[in-house]
Amino acid sequence: MVPMITHIFYQDYWWFIISLLGSLLVFLMFVQGGQTFIFSLGKENLQRTMIVNALGRKWEFTFTTLVTFGGAFFASFPLFYSTSFGGAYWVWIAILFSFILQAVSYEFRSKPSNIYGSETFDFFLILNGYMAPFLIGVAVATFFTGSQFSLSTLNHVKWETPWHGLEAVLNIKNLALGFAVLFLVRLNGLLYIINTVDDDSIFLHAHKKVIFNTIPFLVFFLCFVISILISKGFAADDTSGTVSLEKFKYLNNFLEMPLVSIVFLTGVVSILYGILLAVIRKSRKGIWFTGSGTVLTVLSLLLIAGYNGTAFYPSTFDLQNSLTIRNASSSYFTLKAMTIVSFIIPFVLAYICYAWRSINRKKITEEEMNSGEHVY
Amino acid sequence: MIENIDPGLVDWSRAQFALTAIYHWLFVPLTLGLSFIIAFMETIYVKTGKDEWRRLTRFWMTLFGINFAIGVATGIILEFEFGTNWSNYSWFVGDIFGAPLAIEGILAFFLESTFVAVMFFGWNKVNKKFHLLSTWLVAIGANLSALWILVANSWMQNPVGMTFNPETARNEMLNFWEVLFNPVAVDKFLHTISSGFVFASMFVMGISCWFLIKKREEIFAGRSILIAGIFGLASSLFLAFTGDSSARTISKVQPVKFAAFEALSEGKENAPLVAFGVLKESGKKIGSRDLPEFLFKIEIPDLLSVMTEGNKDAYVPGIIDRINGNPGKGIISVAEKTEKGKIAMNYLSDYKKARENKDNEQITNLLNKFKDKDFRDNYFRYFGYAYISSPEDVIPDIYGSFYSFHMMVMLGFLFILIFSLALIFLFNGTIIKQKWFLRIVLYSIPLPLIAGELGWILTEMGRQPWIIQDLMPVSVGVSNIGKASVQTTFWLFTFLFTALLITEISIMIKQIKTGPTH
Repeated sequence: MVPMITHIFYQDYWWFIISLLGSLLVFLMFVQGGQTFIFSLGKENLQRTMIVNALGRKWEFTFTTLVTFGGAFFASFPLFYSTSFGGAYWVWIAILFSFILQAVSYEFRSKPSNIYGSETFDFFLILNGYMAPFLIGVAVATFFTGSQFSLSTLNHVKWETPWHGLEAVLNIKNLALGFAVLFLVRLNGLLYIINTVDDDSIFLHAHKKVIFNTIPFLVFFLCFVISILISKGFAADDTSGTVSLEKFKYLNNFLEMPLVSIVFLTGVVSILYGILLAVIRKSRKGIWFTGSGTVLTVLSLLLIAGYNGTAFYPSTFDLQNSLTIRNASSSYFTLKAMTIVSFIIPFVLAYICYAWRSINRKKITEEEMNSGEHVY
Repeated sequence: MIENIDPGLVDWSRAQFALTAIYHWLFVPLTLGLSFIIAFMETIYVKTGKDEWRRLTRFWMTLFGINFAIGVATGIILEFEFGTNWSNYSWFVGDIFGAPLAIEGILAFFLESTFVAVMFFGWNKVNKKFHLLSTWLVAIGANLSALWILVANSWMQNPVGMTFNPETARNEMLNFWEVLFNPVAVDKFLHTISSGFVFASMFVMGISCWFLIKKREEIFAGRSILIAGIFGLASSLFLAFTGDSSARTISKVQPVKFAAFEALSEGKENAPLVAFGVLKESGKKIGSRDLPEFLFKIEIPDLLSVMTEGNKDAYVPGIIDRINGNPGKGIISVAEKTEKGKIAMNYLSDYKKARENKDNEQITNLLNKFKDKDFRDNYFRYFGYAYISSPEDVIPDIYGSFYSFHMMVMLGFLFILIFSLALIFLFNGTIIKQKWFLRIVLYSIPLPLIAGELGWILTEMGRQPWIIQDLMPVSVGVSNIGKASVQTTFWLFTFLFTALLITEISIMIKQIKTGPTH
């Protein structure tokens, strides 16, 4: 007999889907990371165009993943959506603002009569390249460090600082994750450019920059991971729903969920292997290892933020207002309906891979940029 | 149970959402319609192998690309503004509203974004048939994304398929299919996408007429007019049909909005349809609100009764019936609804108190109350009225609703005429000689866009004061943030969207003047 699927199962399943979408988003932000090198790697106009076109053919994936991440969060954990977006207003607005600039910049930058000149749109791309990963990293770090909000009996949020989310950048752990994400996506951006652009000068310059971005990434990443593993975490009692501070909570989560630990370690090793492959062997395939490592590492971090009786969006103002995957989720029926829809995800991933391959089969070359075809 | 909300905050939050929605709707209709026009053209190219059709496809595709990105950019803000500016609303409806948004992302956005890259960059990288398939998938994906957001919007106009859970203080989905096939959603989806098809057709026809005026690219322009003319005529006829169906549905589910856009102050039998009219103040008031009367009108006898009830003798209730009630016609007053809403609200307060006091017997009783069909149908359905202080507050802006509706309808009939004439002139081979007509079509390009915006103004302003019909007023749904924050972002977005719109128009004009190059 097939056991009935419980609400708890659906809540766990949707936290996994959200974590997966979040991790794919961080990987796909290689587009943002790459954008930060438009001027430093592209010494000449044509080189800059090649870099922009390599990244520009993928910007929609990042954008769509962000939108889907937001929509899926709204649908599966609406209390997070209303609390975080309605409370940490300025952080989210700043992130979205930078994405608006990005969306138009690719299409407009090389078009005649674009009024502001292509340098302006390139500057917008660079701005988005720095702002979005850094702020998303800071926002995600609050899953571990908490935010100052309270909820009324009708679950209406009140942000308890006048800064509406901007205060998150004053927390050193949040900053560490913000910078770690920034340098990680820059690394991925470099490796993607190495993989896609067929130009010796860009290849050489990008290789040199890999090592200079690896060091700060490792420093900030280790600072963040070590600090959360040794500090107190936000434990939620599954029966009573009470939230309390627990020593070594996130370390315990890793220890009590060995599969998640394996995913985390595999992810970190994969990132390091991808970097070594690029630095030592001068390989063009590093992106596939750092990319999959990024997905696994971020996935495991998000899983320990929500699973194993953990409040994934803690309130430091009133611990009992913290959000858990139990109290913030949608109803049984909604999660069930969405679970059925989610079965289409493998099909979506399959056609994305097929289309991606079709376009990336040929590398970006100077000839293509001068061919008169659609070029950003 | 609700904190005091600054009315200024509500107004600025509404203004910001309206600003984003209006700008978004400047770009989306072209994406919806032009994607299909491109797909038609490319299909002909693949079938015939003639390069001229490829040239046509690529020219319109370039314009599609310029417009597409800015539509995407304004869309992302809309999605997240539900959370940033309407967080209380997001919680109250998230269990229902979020699902269509998530499905939109998974099913539609990925389809669109994956294949749009193949469509633009795949001409020399994939074979013809796969490229054509990609173009069709972009069109289908774009229109599917419209479906899901419109399902969500329709639920706000007519909340169905859910139950209220006092424990979580929110509405929860009971029937997904009822939400998806909400009669408002069906009408709204078909009406909205066909309005996009009409705009795109007028856009293609208008630009093609400009080429004819300039005596350039005559074969190219003729073929474009042929495709856009047929598509536009079919779409504009369908638009009229879905508009009629939509109005009939509104008369049932949002009767005050219906009475407002018909400016029907007093109910009547054999109600005429006002085809054209000018309103003026009548001096009559309901509460503190003026009820306008007609300074001048052209009306068709009995038609409103026929259109709403299928019977010329039928009684069509007016605004006064809806506010004061009309027991003879089975209409209850707003005051009565407010009483019922307050009873529902008090039960919710009692439930929260019972929870605090851990009074299990009371908790069970009240939970059963919220599950009781009679309570749900006769009390909870008026939950939002508990927040209404004066009955006349439920009347939307009558002048705005009336004029936006009637101008939209008149423009709709004008489009049928323009597309019909274009096809007649094209088939009898005289279109190049009809300079006056070519100019009219050129100058008509913005008209479907204006009609579309009027439609949205009617939909959203006519819904006031509700953010969810009868369940939640806008003042309760707003996020608890400072007015100054929203004012700042309002001006920031105004500046940004305007700057981008100007850029898009400038690039578009340059590309059009350059003409087809491939």
